[in-house]
Amino acid sequence: MASPQPRIGVVTYPGSQDDRDALWALAALDAEAVPVWHGELELPDLDAVVLPGGFSYGDHLRCGAIARFSPATAAVRAFAAGGGFVLGICNGFQILCEAGLLPGALVRNESLRFVCRDVPVTVERDDLPFTTRCTNGRRLVLPVKHGDGRYLPPPDLDPAQVVLRYVDNPNGSVDGIAGICNETGNVMGLMPHPEHAVDPLLGSDDGALLLASLVDAARDRVLAAI
Amino acid sequence: MRATVLVRPKPGILDPQGEAVGSALGHLGFEVRDARVGKVIDLEVDAADAAAAKATVEQMCEKLLANPLIESYEIEVTA
Repeated sequence: MASPQPRIGVVTYPGSQDDRDALWALAALDAEAVPVWHGELELPDLDAVVLPGGFSYGDHLRCGAIARFSPATAAVRAFAAGGGFVLGICNGFQILCEAGLLPGALVRNESLRFVCRDVPVTVERDDLPFTTRCTNGRRLVLPVKHGDGRYLPPPDLDPAQVVLRYVDNPNGSVDGIAGICNETGNVMGLMPHPEHAVDPLLGSDDGALLLASLVDAARDRVLAAI
Repeated sequence: MRATVLVRPKPGILDPQGEAVGSALGHLGFEVRDARVGKVIDLEVDAADAAAAKATVEQMCEKLLANPLIESYEIEVTA
């Protein structure tokens, strides 16, 4: 039997920019990539969801603060509560923090400058639906492009929730944290962009390791449901 | 009713904007020991009295206007 193609949704908010790249990358990694409009009250039948990068609602007030109240964000919250896999990239990470699906907050870079370059990060959790194709200590080169990427954890953050750490901190994040997961490990956010690094022609294909892990995990969910 | 919300970065949270402003003031010859940058949100709200307006604006702050992890807020209501 041919392995089933998992359905992975990508939510487009007003001001999302990287939704098309995320859809393209997921399709290239053999998922059925499903566009989801932010106004949808319910998600279609999905095996995972990606919240993409960009500047939802113009980053007004605080990054992600308004997208948090979009109907689709409420649907994503319910999806995550049922154990669904949710990956937030850059602005998607900011939205997940504002929505309380991930702990902490992302604020203005310490340098006050927008950073746009490839950065190395180290994988610290290889047991998540987002990282199974990596091994702990593996270095990934991924692009960052953000002005508000300084991660501030809550005082009680469990160190085991740190998934990725910068090798050279580009934004002043506390303890160099580049990506975290929730306590149950089914929701992850990261500032670097794996969807921009899925082909050697783009400078790195390390992002494919993260996204292909998610496709694997989503496919396992489909198989488990058969 | 007019309500003004002052949102400030919480003490202990690094505020690079404040540092940049403090340093610029220093270059202009002003002696500034500390500078922090927050934001002001002016609102017009319909409410029976100042107490009711304040209660409504407080809900706005909790839900949207401030992120309690990194910001504190203060509300001033004027008729």
